Amino acid sequence: MSLLRPKDDTRPWTGSYQPYDLVKEACIAVGVIALLAIVLTVLFSSPDDKPSTIAQWSRQMPVDFVKTAATELDGTSGTATYGPPYNHNGEGQHAAFIHLQKWLGVSHPINTADDYVIRPLETIPDDPALQRALAEYDAAPEKTQKAWGQAYAKPLEEDAEAEEEGKPPPKTVTVNSTTGMVSVQASGTGPVPTMMTSLLSLAQSGGLDGSLLTSRQFFQTDYTKPLLFMADGGLLDQRAEEQHLGGDEWGMMNETGSYPGQAWLWLYAFWYQIEPFKNSENADILVMLAMGVLSLAFIAIPFIPGVRDLPRKIPIYKLIWREHYRAIKPRSNA
Amino acid sequence: MSGAPESSWTVKVREKAVEALPPEKLLPDGQPTYVASWIYMFGVASIASLVVIIASGSILALKGPAWWHYTGVGHFFNSIHMWAVELFFFVMVVHLWGKYWMAAWRGGRSRVWVTGAITFLVAVPTALTGYVSQQNFDAQWISTQAKDGLNAVGVGAFFNVTNFGQMYSYHVLLLPIAVVVLVSAHVLLVRRHGVVPPIEVGARLASVPAADGPPPATAGAGS
Repeated sequence: MSLLRPKDDTRPWTGSYQPYDLVKEACIAVGVIALLAIVLTVLFSSPDDKPSTIAQWSRQMPVDFVKTAATELDGTSGTATYGPPYNHNGEGQHAAFIHLQKWLGVSHPINTADDYVIRPLETIPDDPALQRALAEYDAAPEKTQKAWGQAYAKPLEEDAEAEEEGKPPPKTVTVNSTTGMVSVQASGTGPVPTMMTSLLSLAQSGGLDGSLLTSRQFFQTDYTKPLLFMADGGLLDQRAEEQHLGGDEWGMMNETGSYPGQAWLWLYAFWYQIEPFKNSENADILVMLAMGVLSLAFIAIPFIPGVRDLPRKIPIYKLIWREHYRAIKPRSNA
Repeated sequence: MSGAPESSWTVKVREKAVEALPPEKLLPDGQPTYVASWIYMFGVASIASLVVIIASGSILALKGPAWWHYTGVGHFFNSIHMWAVELFFFVMVVHLWGKYWMAAWRGGRSRVWVTGAITFLVAVPTALTGYVSQQNFDAQWISTQAKDGLNAVGVGAFFNVTNFGQMYSYHVLLLPIAVVVLVSAHVLLVRRHGVVPPIEVGARLASVPAADGPPPATAGAGS
Protein backbone atom coordinates (compact mmCIF):
# COMPACT_ATOMS: atom_id res chain seq x y z
CA MET A 1 0.00 0.00 0.00
CA SER A 2 1.28 3.46 -0.89
CA LEU A 3 -0.17 6.91 -1.52
CA LEU A 4 -0.60 6.11 -5.21
CA ARG A 5 -1.65 2.52 -4.64
CA PRO A 6 -4.11 2.53 -1.76
CA LYS A 7 -5.40 -0.63 -0.14
CA ASP A 8 -8.03 -1.99 -2.49
CA ASP A 9 -9.94 -5.17 -1.67
CA THR A 10 -12.24 -4.91 -4.70
CA ARG A 11 -12.38 -8.30 -6.33
CA PRO A 12 -13.51 -9.28 -9.81
CA TRP A 13 -17.20 -10.15 -9.87
CA THR A 14 -17.86 -13.90 -9.90
CA GLY A 15 -21.53 -13.67 -8.95
CA SER A 16 -24.66 -13.81 -11.06
CA TYR A 17 -25.30 -12.10 -14.39
CA GLN A 18 -28.41 -10.87 -16.13
CA PRO A 19 -29.14 -10.60 -19.87
CA TYR A 20 -28.10 -7.29 -21.37
CA ASP A 21 -28.48 -5.86 -24.90
CA LEU A 22 -25.81 -3.18 -25.20
CA VAL A 23 -26.53 -2.21 -28.81
CA LYS A 24 -30.27 -1.91 -28.17
CA GLU A 25 -29.62 0.23 -25.10
CA ALA A 26 -27.29 2.54 -27.06
CA CYS A 27 -29.83 2.94 -29.90
CA ILE A 28 -32.64 3.73 -27.48
CA ALA A 29 -30.43 6.27 -25.67
CA VAL A 30 -29.59 8.07 -28.92
CA GLY A 31 -33.30 8.15 -29.80
CA VAL A 32 -34.31 9.53 -26.41
CA ILE A 33 -31.58 12.21 -26.35
CA ALA A 34 -32.36 13.25 -29.94
CA LEU A 35 -36.04 13.50 -29.04
CA LEU A 36 -35.25 15.56 -25.94
CA ALA A 37 -33.05 17.91 -27.99
CA ILE A 38 -35.83 18.33 -30.57
CA VAL A 39 -38.44 19.02 -27.87
CA LEU A 40 -36.16 21.63 -26.25
CA THR A 41 -35.52 23.12 -29.69
CA VAL A 42 -39.24 23.40 -30.47
CA LEU A 43 -39.95 24.90 -27.04
CA PHE A 44 -37.00 27.26 -26.64
CA SER A 45 -35.05 27.56 -29.95
CA SER A 46 -31.59 29.15 -29.46
CA PRO A 47 -30.28 32.71 -29.10
CA ASP A 48 -28.87 34.62 -32.06
CA ASP A 49 -28.52 38.32 -31.27
CA LYS A 50 -26.96 40.13 -34.21
CA PRO A 51 -23.33 41.13 -33.76
CA SER A 52 -22.41 44.76 -33.25
CA THR A 53 -20.41 46.55 -35.93
CA ILE A 54 -18.06 49.50 -35.72
CA ALA A 55 -20.50 51.36 -37.98
CA GLN A 56 -23.33 50.85 -35.47
CA TRP A 57 -21.08 51.81 -32.58
CA SER A 58 -19.95 55.05 -34.24
CA ARG A 59 -23.53 55.98 -35.18
CA GLN A 60 -25.17 55.12 -31.85
CA MET A 61 -22.36 56.31 -29.57
CA PRO A 62 -20.27 58.81 -31.59
CA VAL A 63 -18.72 60.45 -28.50
CA ASP A 64 -17.69 57.08 -27.08
CA PHE A 65 -16.27 56.08 -30.47
CA VAL A 66 -14.21 59.26 -30.79
CA LYS A 67 -13.03 59.01 -27.18
CA THR A 68 -11.92 55.40 -27.76
CA ALA A 69 -10.19 56.29 -31.03
CA ALA A 70 -8.38 59.17 -29.28
CA THR A 71 -7.08 56.80 -26.58
CA GLU A 72 -5.96 54.36 -29.30
CA LEU A 73 -4.06 57.25 -30.90
CA ASP A 74 -2.41 58.52 -27.71
CA GLY A 75 -1.66 54.98 -26.49
CA THR A 76 -3.76 54.94 -23.33
CA SER A 77 -6.58 52.54 -24.32
CA GLY A 78 -7.03 49.07 -22.83
CA THR A 79 -5.54 47.42 -25.90
CA ALA A 80 -2.72 49.97 -26.23
CA THR A 81 -1.53 49.27 -22.66
CA TYR A 82 -2.42 45.54 -22.63
CA GLY A 83 1.02 44.03 -23.14
CA PRO A 84 1.48 40.50 -24.55
CA PRO A 85 0.21 38.96 -26.78
CA TYR A 86 -0.68 42.29 -28.48
CA ASN A 87 2.23 44.65 -27.68
CA HIS A 88 5.08 45.38 -25.30
CA ASN A 89 3.35 48.31 -23.60
CA GLY A 90 2.45 46.38 -20.47
CA GLU A 91 3.92 43.64 -18.33
CA GLY A 92 0.81 41.48 -18.40
CA GLN A 93 -0.47 39.60 -15.38
CA HIS A 94 1.67 37.51 -13.09
CA ALA A 95 1.44 35.30 -10.01
CA ALA A 96 4.52 35.59 -7.79
CA PHE A 97 7.47 34.80 -10.09
CA ILE A 98 5.25 33.32 -12.84
CA HIS A 99 5.01 35.72 -15.81
CA LEU A 100 3.47 33.39 -18.40
CA GLN A 101 1.88 36.24 -20.36
CA LYS A 102 5.24 37.99 -20.72
CA TRP A 103 7.19 34.80 -21.36
CA LEU A 104 4.99 33.74 -24.28
CA GLY A 105 5.59 37.10 -25.98
CA VAL A 106 3.78 39.18 -28.59
CA SER A 107 2.14 36.84 -31.09
CA HIS A 108 -0.68 39.08 -32.43
CA PRO A 109 1.00 42.50 -32.72
CA ILE A 110 -1.30 45.52 -32.58
CA ASN A 111 -0.08 49.10 -32.80
CA THR A 112 -3.30 50.86 -31.85
CA ALA A 113 -2.37 54.27 -33.29
CA ASP A 114 -1.28 52.83 -36.64
CA ASP A 115 -3.81 49.99 -36.92
CA TYR A 116 -6.95 51.75 -35.66
CA VAL A 117 -6.37 55.35 -36.77
CA ILE A 118 -3.46 56.19 -39.09
CA ARG A 119 -3.65 53.33 -41.64
CA PRO A 120 -7.44 53.40 -42.03
CA LEU A 121 -7.24 57.19 -42.59
CA GLU A 122 -4.55 56.68 -45.23
CA THR A 123 -7.04 54.67 -47.28
CA ILE A 124 -9.37 57.69 -47.67
CA PRO A 125 -8.80 59.26 -51.10
CA ASP A 126 -9.36 62.86 -52.34
CA ASP A 127 -9.32 64.65 -48.99
CA PRO A 128 -6.55 67.30 -49.05
CA ALA A 129 -7.33 68.55 -45.49
CA LEU A 130 -6.93 65.03 -44.13
CA GLN A 131 -3.72 64.44 -46.12
CA ARG A 132 -2.27 67.64 -44.63
CA ALA A 133 -3.35 66.61 -41.12
CA LEU A 134 -1.78 63.17 -41.51
CA ALA A 135 1.43 64.68 -42.87
CA GLU A 136 1.58 67.13 -39.95
CA TYR A 137 0.96 64.32 -37.45
CA ASP A 138 3.52 62.08 -39.09
CA ALA A 139 6.18 64.80 -39.10
CA ALA A 140 5.72 65.68 -35.41
CA PRO A 141 7.90 64.17 -32.66
CA GLU A 142 6.29 61.34 -30.69
CA LYS A 143 6.05 63.54 -27.59
CA THR A 144 4.05 66.14 -29.51
CA GLN A 145 1.82 63.46 -31.04
CA LYS A 146 0.97 62.17 -27.57
CA ALA A 147 0.35 65.69 -26.25
CA TRP A 148 -2.08 66.40 -29.12
CA GLY A 149 -3.89 63.15 -28.54
CA GLN A 150 -4.18 63.64 -24.77
CA ALA A 151 -5.36 67.25 -25.16
CA TYR A 152 -8.10 66.02 -27.51
CA ALA A 153 -9.05 63.05 -25.33
CA LYS A 154 -9.29 64.99 -22.06
CA PRO A 155 -12.68 66.70 -22.67
CA LEU A 156 -14.04 63.41 -24.00
CA GLU A 157 -12.97 61.58 -20.86
CA GLU A 158 -14.54 64.32 -18.71
CA ASP A 159 -17.73 63.91 -20.69
CA ALA A 160 -17.70 60.13 -20.13
CA GLU A 161 -17.05 60.56 -16.39
CA ALA A 162 -19.90 63.06 -16.07
CA GLU A 163 -22.24 60.65 -17.84
CA GLU A 164 -21.16 57.78 -15.61
CA GLU A 165 -21.71 59.86 -12.46
CA GLY A 166 -25.02 61.24 -13.72
CA LYS A 167 -23.74 64.81 -13.77
CA PRO A 168 -24.47 67.38 -16.52
CA PRO A 169 -21.95 66.87 -19.37
CA PRO A 170 -19.33 69.61 -19.98
CA LYS A 171 -20.05 71.91 -22.92
CA THR A 172 -16.69 71.16 -24.50
CA VAL A 173 -18.11 68.12 -26.30
CA THR A 174 -21.13 68.44 -28.60
CA VAL A 175 -22.79 66.16 -31.13
CA ASN A 176 -24.49 67.43 -34.28
CA SER A 177 -27.77 65.53 -34.22
CA THR A 178 -28.15 65.80 -38.01
CA THR A 179 -24.71 64.67 -39.15
CA GLY A 180 -23.74 62.65 -36.07
CA MET A 181 -20.40 64.48 -36.02
CA VAL A 182 -18.62 65.23 -32.73
CA SER A 183 -17.05 68.61 -31.89
CA VAL A 184 -14.43 68.85 -29.17
CA GLN A 185 -13.39 72.24 -27.87
CA ALA A 186 -9.81 71.99 -26.74
CA SER A 187 -6.53 73.75 -27.43
CA GLY A 188 -3.20 72.19 -28.34
CA THR A 189 -4.77 69.36 -30.31
CA GLY A 190 -2.87 69.94 -33.58
CA PRO A 191 -4.24 67.93 -36.50
CA VAL A 192 -6.06 65.41 -34.28
CA PRO A 193 -9.60 66.93 -34.60
CA THR A 194 -9.39 66.70 -38.41
CA MET A 195 -8.18 63.10 -38.17
CA MET A 196 -10.89 62.12 -35.70
CA THR A 197 -13.65 63.72 -37.76
CA SER A 198 -12.50 61.77 -40.83
CA LEU A 199 -12.22 58.55 -38.83
CA LEU A 200 -15.74 59.01 -37.46
CA SER A 201 -17.07 59.58 -41.01
CA LEU A 202 -15.23 56.48 -42.23
CA ALA A 203 -16.61 54.42 -39.35
CA GLN A 204 -20.18 55.64 -39.80
CA SER A 205 -20.02 54.76 -43.51
CA GLY A 206 -18.99 51.19 -42.61
CA GLY A 207 -15.55 51.60 -44.13
CA LEU A 208 -13.64 51.03 -40.91
CA ASP A 209 -15.20 47.57 -40.36
CA GLY A 210 -13.75 46.41 -43.66
CA SER A 211 -10.53 48.35 -43.30
CA LEU A 212 -9.59 46.63 -40.03
CA LEU A 213 -10.22 43.20 -41.52
CA THR A 214 -8.63 43.43 -44.96
CA SER A 215 -5.41 45.17 -44.04
CA ARG A 216 -3.32 42.11 -44.80
CA GLN A 217 -5.21 39.98 -47.29
CA PHE A 218 -8.54 39.71 -49.09
CA PHE A 219 -9.86 36.56 -47.37
CA GLN A 220 -9.86 37.15 -43.64
CA THR A 221 -11.06 35.20 -40.65
CA ASP A 222 -9.15 36.93 -37.84
CA TYR A 223 -11.36 39.45 -36.03
CA THR A 224 -8.83 40.26 -33.31
CA LYS A 225 -8.29 43.90 -34.30
CA PRO A 226 -11.91 45.03 -34.73
CA LEU A 227 -13.04 43.05 -31.66
CA LEU A 228 -10.38 44.55 -29.41
CA PHE A 229 -11.13 48.04 -30.75
CA MET A 230 -14.82 47.57 -29.97
CA ALA A 231 -14.04 46.07 -26.57
CA ASP A 232 -12.09 49.25 -25.71
CA GLY A 233 -15.30 51.22 -26.33
CA GLY A 234 -18.63 51.10 -24.59
CA LEU A 235 -21.08 49.44 -27.00
CA LEU A 236 -20.29 45.80 -26.19
CA ASP A 237 -20.32 46.57 -22.46
CA GLN A 238 -23.63 48.37 -22.77
CA ARG A 239 -25.26 45.48 -24.62
CA ALA A 240 -23.77 42.96 -22.19
CA GLU A 241 -25.07 44.88 -19.18
CA GLU A 242 -28.54 45.04 -20.72
CA GLN A 243 -28.41 41.24 -21.04
CA HIS A 244 -26.89 40.72 -17.55
CA LEU A 245 -23.67 39.32 -18.97
CA GLY A 246 -21.23 41.46 -16.97
CA GLY A 247 -18.27 39.95 -15.15
CA ASP A 248 -19.91 40.71 -11.78
CA GLU A 249 -22.94 38.71 -12.97
CA TRP A 250 -20.95 35.53 -13.68
CA GLY A 251 -19.84 36.91 -17.03
CA MET A 252 -19.14 34.78 -20.04
CA MET A 253 -20.77 31.60 -18.71
CA ASN A 254 -24.09 33.27 -19.54
CA GLU A 255 -25.74 33.78 -22.89
CA THR A 256 -28.10 36.40 -24.24
CA GLY A 257 -31.73 35.78 -23.35
CA SER A 258 -32.74 33.27 -20.69
CA TYR A 259 -30.65 30.38 -21.97
CA PRO A 260 -28.47 28.23 -19.72
CA GLY A 261 -25.21 29.20 -21.45
CA GLN A 262 -22.01 27.53 -20.35
CA ALA A 263 -23.21 26.52 -16.89
CA TRP A 264 -20.26 24.12 -16.63
CA LEU A 265 -18.01 27.18 -16.24
CA TRP A 266 -19.69 28.10 -12.95
CA LEU A 267 -16.64 27.32 -10.82
CA TYR A 268 -14.38 29.38 -13.12
CA ALA A 269 -16.79 32.34 -12.97
CA PHE A 270 -17.31 31.87 -9.23
CA TRP A 271 -13.75 32.88 -8.29
CA TYR A 272 -14.23 36.28 -9.93
CA GLN A 273 -17.10 36.97 -7.51
CA ILE A 274 -15.02 36.61 -4.32
CA GLU A 275 -11.86 38.02 -2.74
CA PRO A 276 -8.92 37.89 -3.18
CA PHE A 277 -9.63 37.36 -6.88
CA LYS A 278 -12.42 39.91 -7.28
CA ASN A 279 -10.33 43.06 -6.97
CA SER A 280 -6.91 41.68 -7.83
CA GLU A 281 -4.99 43.19 -10.75
CA ASN A 282 -3.86 39.65 -11.50
CA ALA A 283 -7.31 38.06 -11.13
CA ASP A 284 -7.18 36.25 -14.48
CA ILE A 285 -3.92 34.38 -13.89
CA LEU A 286 -4.85 33.62 -10.28
CA VAL A 287 -8.23 32.18 -11.32
CA MET A 288 -6.68 30.19 -14.17
CA LEU A 289 -3.97 28.77 -11.90
CA ALA A 290 -6.56 27.87 -9.26
CA MET A 291 -8.64 26.12 -11.92
CA GLY A 292 -5.54 24.37 -13.24
CA VAL A 293 -4.75 22.96 -9.80
CA LEU A 294 -8.37 21.93 -9.25
CA SER A 295 -8.52 20.29 -12.69
CA LEU A 296 -5.42 18.23 -11.95
CA ALA A 297 -6.91 17.26 -8.59
CA PHE A 298 -10.14 16.25 -10.34
CA ILE A 299 -8.23 13.95 -12.69
CA ALA A 300 -6.17 12.55 -9.80
CA ILE A 301 -9.07 11.86 -7.40
CA PRO A 302 -8.30 8.09 -7.30
CA PHE A 303 -4.87 8.94 -5.88
CA ILE A 304 -5.74 11.69 -3.38
CA PRO A 305 -6.12 10.43 0.19
CA GLY A 306 -9.26 11.70 1.84
CA VAL A 307 -11.03 12.67 -1.38
CA ARG A 308 -10.84 9.10 -2.70
CA ASP A 309 -12.03 7.74 0.65
CA LEU A 310 -15.09 9.96 1.01
CA PRO A 311 -17.45 7.67 -0.97
CA ARG A 312 -16.89 4.90 1.59
CA LYS A 313 -17.60 7.26 4.49
CA ILE A 314 -20.73 8.87 3.04
CA PRO A 315 -22.67 5.78 1.98
CA ILE A 316 -24.50 7.09 -1.06
CA TYR A 317 -23.34 3.85 -2.68
CA LYS A 318 -25.84 1.99 -0.49
CA LEU A 319 -28.58 3.91 -2.27
CA ILE A 320 -27.11 3.22 -5.70
CA TRP A 321 -26.72 -0.51 -5.07
CA ARG A 322 -29.72 -0.86 -2.74
CA GLU A 323 -31.31 -3.59 -4.92
CA HIS A 324 -28.12 -5.58 -4.76
CA TYR A 325 -27.64 -5.26 -1.02
CA ARG A 326 -31.30 -6.14 -0.48
CA ALA A 327 -30.94 -9.21 -2.73
CA ILE A 328 -27.95 -10.61 -0.86
CA LYS A 329 -29.17 -9.84 2.65
CA PRO A 330 -31.17 -13.07 3.25
CA ARG A 331 -28.26 -15.08 1.93
CA SER A 332 -25.79 -13.48 4.38
CA ASN A 333 -28.20 -13.90 7.25
CA ALA A 334 -28.68 -17.55 6.49
CA MET B 1 -5.88 -17.04 -42.89
CA SER B 2 -2.85 -16.06 -44.93
CA GLY B 3 -0.33 -17.91 -42.81
CA ALA B 4 1.53 -14.72 -41.81
CA PRO B 5 4.78 -15.25 -39.86
CA GLU B 6 4.70 -14.88 -36.09
CA SER B 7 6.94 -11.81 -36.41
CA SER B 8 4.16 -9.95 -38.28
CA TRP B 9 3.37 -6.64 -36.55
CA THR B 10 -0.21 -6.97 -37.71
CA VAL B 11 -0.59 -10.38 -36.09
CA LYS B 12 0.94 -9.12 -32.86
CA VAL B 13 -1.36 -6.10 -32.71
CA ARG B 14 -4.39 -8.31 -33.45
CA GLU B 15 -3.44 -10.86 -30.83
CA LYS B 16 -2.83 -8.18 -28.21
CA ALA B 17 -6.14 -6.50 -29.05
CA VAL B 18 -8.13 -9.73 -28.89
CA GLU B 19 -6.37 -10.73 -25.68
CA ALA B 20 -7.21 -7.39 -24.05
CA LEU B 21 -10.74 -7.23 -25.38
CA PRO B 22 -12.19 -10.48 -26.71
CA PRO B 23 -15.41 -9.94 -28.70
CA GLU B 24 -17.64 -11.20 -25.88
CA LYS B 25 -16.13 -8.57 -23.57
CA LEU B 26 -16.29 -5.82 -26.19
CA LEU B 27 -19.96 -6.42 -26.98
CA PRO B 28 -21.33 -8.31 -23.97
CA ASP B 29 -24.80 -9.84 -23.81
CA GLY B 30 -24.88 -10.03 -20.04
CA GLN B 31 -23.98 -7.86 -17.10
CA PRO B 32 -23.58 -8.34 -13.33
CA THR B 33 -26.84 -8.29 -11.39
CA TYR B 34 -25.66 -5.35 -9.27
CA VAL B 35 -25.94 -3.10 -12.34
CA ALA B 36 -29.48 -2.12 -11.43
CA SER B 37 -29.84 1.62 -10.90
CA TRP B 38 -30.96 4.61 -12.97
CA ILE B 39 -27.51 6.14 -12.41
CA TYR B 40 -26.09 3.70 -14.98
CA MET B 41 -28.18 5.38 -17.66
CA PHE B 42 -26.11 8.57 -17.53
CA GLY B 43 -22.99 7.00 -19.02
CA VAL B 44 -24.75 5.80 -22.15
CA ALA B 45 -26.76 9.07 -22.21
CA SER B 46 -23.46 10.99 -22.37
CA ILE B 47 -22.40 8.99 -25.42
CA ALA B 48 -25.85 9.37 -26.97
CA SER B 49 -25.66 13.15 -26.49
CA LEU B 50 -22.25 13.16 -28.15
CA VAL B 51 -23.73 11.29 -31.12
CA VAL B 52 -26.51 13.91 -31.47
CA ILE B 53 -23.96 16.75 -31.11
CA ILE B 54 -21.74 15.31 -33.84
CA ALA B 55 -24.70 14.59 -36.14
CA SER B 56 -26.22 18.08 -35.80
CA GLY B 57 -22.78 19.71 -35.88
CA SER B 58 -21.94 17.84 -39.10
CA ILE B 59 -25.05 19.22 -40.77
CA LEU B 60 -24.09 22.75 -39.65
CA ALA B 61 -20.53 22.21 -40.89
CA LEU B 62 -21.74 20.90 -44.26
CA LYS B 63 -23.71 24.09 -44.86
CA GLY B 64 -21.06 26.48 -43.50
CA PRO B 65 -20.86 28.71 -40.42
CA ALA B 66 -23.26 31.43 -41.63
CA TRP B 67 -26.12 29.18 -42.82
CA TRP B 68 -27.94 28.98 -39.51
CA HIS B 69 -28.22 32.77 -39.21
CA TYR B 70 -30.43 33.25 -42.27
CA THR B 71 -32.46 30.04 -42.66
CA GLY B 72 -35.10 28.55 -40.40
CA VAL B 73 -33.82 25.02 -41.04
CA GLY B 74 -30.31 26.12 -40.15
CA HIS B 75 -31.50 27.73 -36.92
CA PHE B 76 -33.42 24.53 -36.11
CA PHE B 77 -30.27 22.42 -36.42
CA ASN B 78 -28.24 24.99 -34.47
CA SER B 79 -30.80 24.77 -31.67
CA ILE B 80 -30.60 20.96 -31.66
CA HIS B 81 -26.81 21.26 -31.54
CA MET B 82 -26.95 23.69 -28.62
CA TRP B 83 -29.47 21.69 -26.59
CA ALA B 84 -27.58 18.46 -27.23
CA VAL B 85 -24.49 20.17 -25.79
CA GLU B 86 -26.47 21.26 -22.73
CA LEU B 87 -27.78 17.70 -22.30
CA PHE B 88 -24.27 16.29 -22.83
CA PHE B 89 -22.81 18.34 -19.99
CA PHE B 90 -25.79 17.70 -17.72
CA VAL B 91 -25.75 13.92 -18.10
CA MET B 92 -21.95 13.80 -18.01
CA VAL B 93 -21.85 15.72 -14.71
CA VAL B 94 -24.47 13.39 -13.18
CA HIS B 95 -22.48 10.41 -14.56
CA LEU B 96 -19.26 11.75 -12.97
CA TRP B 97 -20.95 12.36 -9.60
CA GLY B 98 -22.45 8.89 -9.71
CA LYS B 99 -19.08 7.31 -10.45
CA TYR B 100 -17.46 9.36 -7.70
CA TRP B 101 -19.89 8.10 -5.06
CA MET B 102 -19.41 4.57 -6.36
CA ALA B 103 -15.61 5.07 -6.05
CA ALA B 104 -15.53 3.62 -9.54
CA TRP B 105 -11.73 3.74 -9.75
CA ARG B 106 -11.47 0.70 -7.44
CA GLY B 107 -10.18 -2.66 -8.62
CA GLY B 108 -7.57 -1.30 -11.04
CA ARG B 109 -9.98 1.10 -12.72
CA SER B 110 -8.14 4.38 -12.08
CA ARG B 111 -7.52 4.86 -15.82
CA VAL B 112 -11.27 4.67 -16.40
CA TRP B 113 -11.76 7.62 -14.04
CA VAL B 114 -8.78 9.54 -15.46
CA THR B 115 -9.97 9.25 -19.09
CA GLY B 116 -13.50 10.26 -18.04
CA ALA B 117 -12.26 13.31 -16.12
CA ILE B 118 -9.99 14.39 -18.98
CA THR B 119 -12.91 14.00 -21.39
CA PHE B 120 -14.92 16.46 -19.30
CA LEU B 121 -12.03 18.93 -19.22
CA VAL B 122 -11.46 18.68 -22.99
CA ALA B 123 -15.20 19.06 -23.63
CA VAL B 124 -15.11 22.50 -21.97
CA PRO B 125 -12.87 24.18 -24.60
CA THR B 126 -14.70 22.21 -27.30
CA ALA B 127 -17.89 23.97 -26.25
CA LEU B 128 -16.14 27.32 -25.72
CA THR B 129 -14.76 27.29 -29.27
CA GLY B 130 -18.33 26.69 -30.45
CA TYR B 131 -19.64 29.65 -28.48
CA VAL B 132 -16.98 31.99 -29.90
CA SER B 133 -17.57 30.69 -33.45
CA GLN B 134 -21.25 31.63 -33.50
CA GLN B 135 -20.69 34.91 -35.39
CA ASN B 136 -23.22 36.78 -33.27
CA PHE B 137 -23.17 39.06 -30.23
CA ASP B 138 -22.62 36.13 -27.86
CA ALA B 139 -19.46 35.26 -29.80
CA GLN B 140 -18.25 38.86 -29.63
CA TRP B 141 -18.87 39.16 -25.91
CA ILE B 142 -17.63 35.71 -24.86
CA SER B 143 -14.45 35.94 -26.97
CA THR B 144 -13.50 39.39 -25.70
CA GLN B 145 -14.11 38.22 -22.11
CA ALA B 146 -12.42 34.82 -22.44
CA LYS B 147 -9.26 36.22 -24.00
CA ASP B 148 -8.03 37.73 -20.71
CA GLY B 149 -7.87 34.46 -18.77
CA LEU B 150 -6.18 32.69 -21.67
CA ASN B 151 -3.74 35.55 -22.29
CA ALA B 152 -2.86 35.70 -18.59
CA VAL B 153 -1.48 32.15 -18.67
CA GLY B 154 0.16 32.54 -22.07
CA VAL B 155 -2.32 30.29 -23.88
CA GLY B 156 -3.63 33.30 -25.84
CA ALA B 157 -0.29 33.43 -27.67
CA PHE B 158 -1.24 30.35 -29.71
CA PHE B 159 -4.98 29.93 -29.02
CA ASN B 160 -6.66 33.20 -30.01
CA VAL B 161 -10.37 33.22 -29.17
CA THR B 162 -10.92 36.38 -31.24
CA ASN B 163 -9.65 34.60 -34.37
CA PHE B 164 -12.80 33.05 -35.84
CA GLY B 165 -10.92 30.91 -38.38
CA GLN B 166 -8.72 29.31 -35.75
CA MET B 167 -11.58 28.74 -33.32
CA TYR B 168 -13.81 27.22 -36.00
CA SER B 169 -11.04 24.77 -36.95
CA TYR B 170 -10.61 23.77 -33.33
CA HIS B 171 -14.36 23.44 -32.87
CA VAL B 172 -15.29 21.34 -35.88
CA LEU B 173 -12.18 19.17 -36.14
CA LEU B 174 -9.36 19.17 -33.61
CA LEU B 175 -11.21 19.18 -30.29
CA PRO B 176 -14.06 16.84 -31.38
CA ILE B 177 -11.41 14.34 -32.49
CA ALA B 178 -9.80 14.61 -29.05
CA VAL B 179 -13.18 14.09 -27.33
CA VAL B 180 -14.06 11.08 -29.49
CA VAL B 181 -10.63 9.48 -28.95
CA LEU B 182 -10.92 10.01 -25.17
CA VAL B 183 -14.48 8.67 -25.02
CA SER B 184 -13.42 5.63 -27.08
CA ALA B 185 -10.51 4.95 -24.74
CA HIS B 186 -12.82 5.40 -21.75
CA VAL B 187 -15.42 2.97 -23.08
CA LEU B 188 -12.81 0.37 -24.07
CA LEU B 189 -11.33 0.56 -20.57
CA VAL B 190 -14.80 0.06 -19.07
CA ARG B 191 -15.27 -2.95 -21.34
CA ARG B 192 -11.91 -4.38 -20.34
CA HIS B 193 -12.27 -3.95 -16.58
CA GLY B 194 -16.03 -4.31 -16.25
CA VAL B 195 -18.40 -2.21 -14.15
CA VAL B 196 -17.01 -1.64 -10.69
CA PRO B 197 -18.60 -4.01 -8.10
CA PRO B 198 -20.41 -2.66 -5.03
CA ILE B 199 -18.30 -1.24 -2.20
CA GLU B 200 -17.27 -3.38 0.77
CA VAL B 201 -18.54 -6.60 -0.66
CA GLY B 202 -15.24 -8.45 -0.66
CA ALA B 203 -15.28 -12.21 -0.64
CA ARG B 204 -18.83 -12.35 0.71
CA LEU B 205 -20.42 -11.03 -2.49
CA ALA B 206 -17.87 -12.53 -4.83
CA SER B 207 -19.04 -15.92 -3.64
CA VAL B 208 -22.69 -15.30 -4.58
CA PRO B 209 -23.43 -18.15 -6.99
CA ALA B 210 -24.26 -17.39 -10.59
CA ALA B 211 -27.94 -17.51 -11.40
CA ASP B 212 -29.52 -17.09 -14.82
CA GLY B 213 -27.61 -15.41 -17.61
CA PRO B 214 -24.33 -16.01 -19.36
CA PRO B 215 -21.25 -17.27 -17.52
CA PRO B 216 -18.84 -14.63 -16.22
CA ALA B 217 -16.30 -15.14 -18.99
CA THR B 218 -18.72 -13.75 -21.57
CA ALA B 219 -19.93 -10.89 -19.47
CA GLY B 220 -18.68 -7.38 -19.79
CA ALA B 221 -19.62 -3.99 -18.60
CA GLY B 222 -22.40 -1.57 -19.01
CA SER B 223 -21.58 2.05 -18.56
